This record gives sequence, C-alpha cells and structure tokens, in this order.
Amino acid sequence: MSIEEIQNEIIDEFSMFEDWEERYQYMIDLGKDLPLIDDQYKTDSNIIKGCQSKVWVHAEMQGDKLVFTADSDAIITKGIIAILVRAFSNQHPKDIINSETGFIDEIGLKEHLSPTRANGLVSMIKQLKMYAIAYQTQLN
Amino acid sequence: MPLLSGLNLTAMFNVEDIRKDFPILSRKVNGKPLVYFDNAATSQTPKQVIDAIVDYYSNYNANIHRGVHTLSQEATDLYEQARYKIQAHFNAKFSHEIIFTSGTTHGINLVANGFSTLLKKGDDIIVSALEHHSNIVPWQMLCERTGANLKVIPMNQEGELVMAEFDKLLSENTKLVFVNHVSNALGTVNPIEYIIEKAHQVGAAVLIDGAQSSPHIKPDVQKLDVDFYVVSAHKMCGPTGVGMLYGKEAWLKKLPPYQGGGEMIAEVTFEKTTYADLPHKFEAGTPNIAGGIVFGAALDYMNSIGFDAIASYEHELLEYATERLLEIDGLKIYGTSKEKTSVISFNLEGIHPYDVGTILDKLGIAVRTGHHCAQPIMDYYKIPGTVRASLAFYNTKTEIDLLVEGVKKAKMMLS
Repeated sequence: MSIEEIQNEIIDEFSMFEDWEERYQYMIDLGKDLPLIDDQYKTDSNIIKGCQSKVWVHAEMQGDKLVFTADSDAIITKGIIAILVRAFSNQHPKDIINSETGFIDEIGLKEHLSPTRANGLVSMIKQLKMYAIAYQTQLN
Repeated sequence: MPLLSGLNLTAMFNVEDIRKDFPILSRKVNGKPLVYFDNAATSQTPKQVIDAIVDYYSNYNANIHRGVHTLSQEATDLYEQARYKIQAHFNAKFSHEIIFTSGTTHGINLVANGFSTLLKKGDDIIVSALEHHSNIVPWQMLCERTGANLKVIPMNQEGELVMAEFDKLLSENTKLVFVNHVSNALGTVNPIEYIIEKAHQVGAAVLIDGAQSSPHIKPDVQKLDVDFYVVSAHKMCGPTGVGMLYGKEAWLKKLPPYQGGGEMIAEVTFEKTTYADLPHKFEAGTPNIAGGIVFGAALDYMNSIGFDAIASYEHELLEYATERLLEIDGLKIYGTSKEKTSVISFNLEGIHPYDVGTILDKLGIAVRTGHHCAQPIMDYYKIPGTVRASLAFYNTKTEIDLLVEGVKKAKMMLS
C-alpha cells in the first residue's frame, strides 16, 4: 500500500470514534502493537529531542525500503509514534520525503501538531523524514 | 492580644466570592470547566489586576524618570509608589533596596554577575539539591568564571534538605549560599532561618529564591536578616515579565552594575561614567513600567485577602487533596516534608507522568508534568518526572474531587 492509502485507512479507522476517549483508547492500543526497536539501538543518540517522554527511533534499509522501529516510555507517545511508523515504514525513502502529514489533523490529533506541545510529534515527523533524506542521499 | 487570633480564618474566607474575581476560571477547556492546578508555574490574574493594566495604558502611559510633562510625572509616581508597596510587603528597610527585575531568573543572574568580581579561586558557593535549574546554572557559570567550587546540600527521601550535611559544608571559604525558600517541584518549605544564621556565622552572603514561597508566605526580609531575596510577580497574581530583587543596601552598593544603559548612569563622558544611586544603578533602560505598577496592584489584591487566610485555606486544600489522592492504589507522592506549601507531586505506578497529564488535559484539568526544571531531584528519586498539582487560594475541594476522578480515569485507560 502507498503512504496515502495507509493514511486514508487510518483516517477511516479514526472516523468511527465518537469522542476523544475512544480515540485515545485506540491510540493506546496501537502503541502496544508498535514494532519495537531492538535494545541495541535504544541509545541516547537515537532519542528524539523535544519530547517530554523518551522516544527512540531506528531506521534501516531492507531492500529498497526504509523500515522504522521505535519505542517510548510513555504509552500515548508510543501510540502516536505507532501511527507514524505505520504510515511511513516499509516505504521508499523518496516517497517518505514527498509524503503529506495532513492526516494527523484529520484523525483529531491536531492539538499534538503544535510545536509547543511537549510530546514532540513535529520532531518525530521531522526525524522520520530526516532518516529518509539521509538514506535517499546514499541511494543517489 | 492580636485581633484575629482565635478566629477561624477560613470561615471568613469565601472562595466562591474570590473565584468571581478571576475571569479565566469560568472558561471551558476541551468542553469541560477549567480546573487550574498549575499555579506553581504561573498564577491566574484577578480582574482588579487586569483593570490596573487597562487603567495604566488608558490613562498614564509614558516613559518615566525623565519627562517634565504631567503624564511622565504621574507614571513615575505610580511606578515609585509600586516600589513602596513592594518595600512594605517584604518589609525592606529602604525602598532603594527594591530593584525591579524581569523576574526571579533575572534577579539571580544579576547577583551572580555581581559576585563574579568578588569571588576568587578556592572560594565555595553552596546551593541545595532542591534547586530549580535557574538557580543552578548561573552559579555553575559563576564558578567557571571565578574558579570557585559549587557544593550541594543533599536531600532525603522526604524531599527535605539535610541540615547536618549543610553544617559540614560550611567553612571560612564559603562566600555565598543559595537556596529556594520553597521547592517548586515538591513544595518543601526549607529552613531558611537556620541556613541564613549559619551562613552568616562564617561570613557568607545568602540569596533566597522566593519564587515559590511568595504566593503563600509573606516574608519579612529584615527579620530573616537575608542578604538577597528574589521573586516573580506572575506567581503572585501579577503580570509576567516583572519581578523584584531585594538586596541589603550594603550589598547592593558593593555589587557592580549588571547592564549598561539609560537610567543607570549619573554622568557620562567618554573618559568616565559615574553610576546612578540605588536602585537605578541596577535598572538600566526603560523598565517594564506597566508591569511594575501592576505588580503593586497584585500585592494589594493578595493583601486584601490576607496571607494568613490564604495559607490557612491552602493548607486545608493540601490536606484534603493528599488524603483523597492517596485513596488511589499505586499512587505515590514525592515530597512528604511536614513543612510544605500546597504542591503535590505524584506518579501512578508504572505509568509515565506525561500520559497522566495528557488525559487530565482532555478533562479540562491543567497540571504540570515533567521534571519541573529540577532534574537533580528526579535523578534522586530515579524517575523521569512527576505529575504536579499546585493549588492556589481560588481552588476548591470540588476541583480536587475532579482531579481525583481524572487520575482514576487516566489509570484505567493507561493500565
């Protein structure tokens, strides 16, 4: 599936929820299914700055696709990063670089997009795209 | 016999009437009535203070200390009257011992900078383990500049400073001691009377960070015999960007100016500048005029309620909140000193404070989560941070009940 198709799928899933509680409960559940980062990569250099909770992200190429694994010590943050990993992992770096992030707004997580929010959603997206740019440079 | 003794102060204190003074308390957040428990970060503003801001800009706005015109003179009078109000509130001996600053951090940096010319290699500076980052970093910088050593008074599990260790740190090399009156992260009230007395015995100066005490306690700087005391107006129902440094006259005369500019000079030629007298020596440039005047209005407001009544009511809230929160299984409170202001720092077992704070926000409840700019305390307890509910005199037991329900809900969703 393309990034856009996955994002639409996530939007569909979230559209079923009537209130914030259901949305957050779902996000917390998604966090539990996050493809976990291997302990060896849970290093200080893989911590995303700007988050009140700790978020580690690792990226590696598998074939021509970039695969993300991650973890966080806070479960809501883990849910947010799980949504991002689902949308952007296992894709060509070029597609990740060119992808839109408007779906975050559509699934009712707009409040987390403000750069002043302590969870650092903006930093997370930036970091995933930075990995994509780095690997794309290697491919060129 | 004092008139008020024997009377029940809380009985005279009508919180519902007080809440009417605060317009923001009737707004909604995420569709729920706002429950504001982040008072240690900044307090809310009563309409009397908001009116004072409007009044200043509507009727008196002008630059001060210079103009011959009426507006400038009236604005100057108001600004200097505010200084007198602050002097009276903290019971300073002279009004020129009150320096307007942009806030507590500015006051600390002003003193730290001044001491850089007075310290030498081998001198000791003592800080406490309970300090806010703003009371650690300036001293580290000062030590780097001067070669002085930074020593730390340790804390115990209750979140109290260990005075026996403080005694051991003191020596004839001790030149400065810096401690907060109340810990922002835990609410511990530190034994500053003892600290000041002991420090003075070895000839050291003492700076007390009053940012967290001043909203709850009315300190008497002469009785305390403290050398420097710093506060921020925005924690005392006043505006942001203004605060006060109290310094004993002798110390303020000894310290060099912090910044150069207008107001702080007496005469300027290219050969030499002579500095203005106190307090203007430390007030370079156009100050936060409205802020200073409104700081005075905020003190008037708090004094009209009365600090005894505030402390008594807040203590009642603290006891109620502590008791109710401890009903929740797996909830641990950090900072259990007997002497505490109305701050409760806590965690739910196995749950990150950030998650709890996020759910509470959804319920309209504002708390602070994180390390509260006091990482050494979090390192001591080996936790990433806490959820901090800091209560003010305009909070209610009903709001505490909402917090308890909110924490229970968060626990259910996050476990």
